[in-house]
Amino acid sequence: MWQALHEELGSQGFVPFTVALDRSAEDARPFIERARPTHPSVIDSEHVVAQLYDVRNVPTMIWIDEAGRIVRPHDAQFGTDTFTAFHGKHAAPFLAAVRAWVREGKGALDPATVRSHTPQPTKATQLARAHRALAWWLHQQGRAEAAERHFLRAGELSPGDWTIRRGSMPIRGVNPMGPQFFELAKEGVPRYAAEALPLE
Amino acid sequence: MTETTRFTLIDGDRPVEVDATLAGDAVRVATAALRDATGWEFKPEGLCQGDVCVPVRDATALAGPGGVELAAFARALDRPLALDVAERAAALGTSAAERSARLATLQAPDFRLPDLSGRMHSLSEHRGKKVLLIAYASW
Repeated sequence: MWQALHEELGSQGFVPFTVALDRSAEDARPFIERARPTHPSVIDSEHVVAQLYDVRNVPTMIWIDEAGRIVRPHDAQFGTDTFTAFHGKHAAPFLAAVRAWVREGKGALDPATVRSHTPQPTKATQLARAHRALAWWLHQQGRAEAAERHFLRAGELSPGDWTIRRGSMPIRGVNPMGPQFFELAKEGVPRYAAEALPLE
Repeated sequence: MTETTRFTLIDGDRPVEVDATLAGDAVRVATAALRDATGWEFKPEGLCQGDVCVPVRDATALAGPGGVELAAFARALDRPLALDVAERAAALGTSAAERSARLATLQAPDFRLPDLSGRMHSLSEHRGKKVLLIAYASW
């Protein structure tokens, strides 16, 4: 999807930059190889981008302008309608908004609006990220039981962070599409302030 | 009952091994080792990193003969610390204040990550274009 948009708008200075919050290149490989991107498509097993931008679920879309400024914050938007039955969103309005941004310079938001729709880190959410980092390191050392404790602690501290609660499932040997995921989903999908923003 | 052991301190995403003295839940790391691991050093003025110093309210809780106590060190910097004494490891994170302040500038933080072939890509390479940053996952 993003490759098609890149081919369509690339000559007008548009770059999709995809970041897989996956534990390994192997987990992301099927998606990337299917897409055959000519745009940057990276693997973020340490959750660097999740931490820097305070991303709490996927997919999260952020618009960054030519000066490197965030002009539309964390949007939970999709490139296709594959899972519309689950989350209720259609891709077309978002894709149209991206086209309008690139072609006509429309849709960039003023700083106050961007700030008020960006997630606010708290002591708890930041401590959760520290526990996740410790859990990931412990997992890589082969200390699965200790890793499990810290993944769960991270999830308790930041229950709305699905990069932790769902993202850790494959690492912990839990099916992220299975019963534990459906239990998690009963709590409600994390909602972003950016979802209240209009798509022109 | 104290014990000296190797201890792993993860600062950001960098794991560093240091010698530490354990006594109950307290983990003490020698001043020089902590400086090498984190860039922060305990001095008379307080906790210092380069030219920046943070005053320390309770110096005796922070630093003693065995070195700097990790949890007190994290509190003094207002940074989150995920500590596991039994596993001889801890992760020192970014404070909410620092993360908020950085995001509030609205400057997109730069990063450098590998693609499937191992080639590195950074956000800053694309300055001058409109970038749609898409965080996704297989889960």
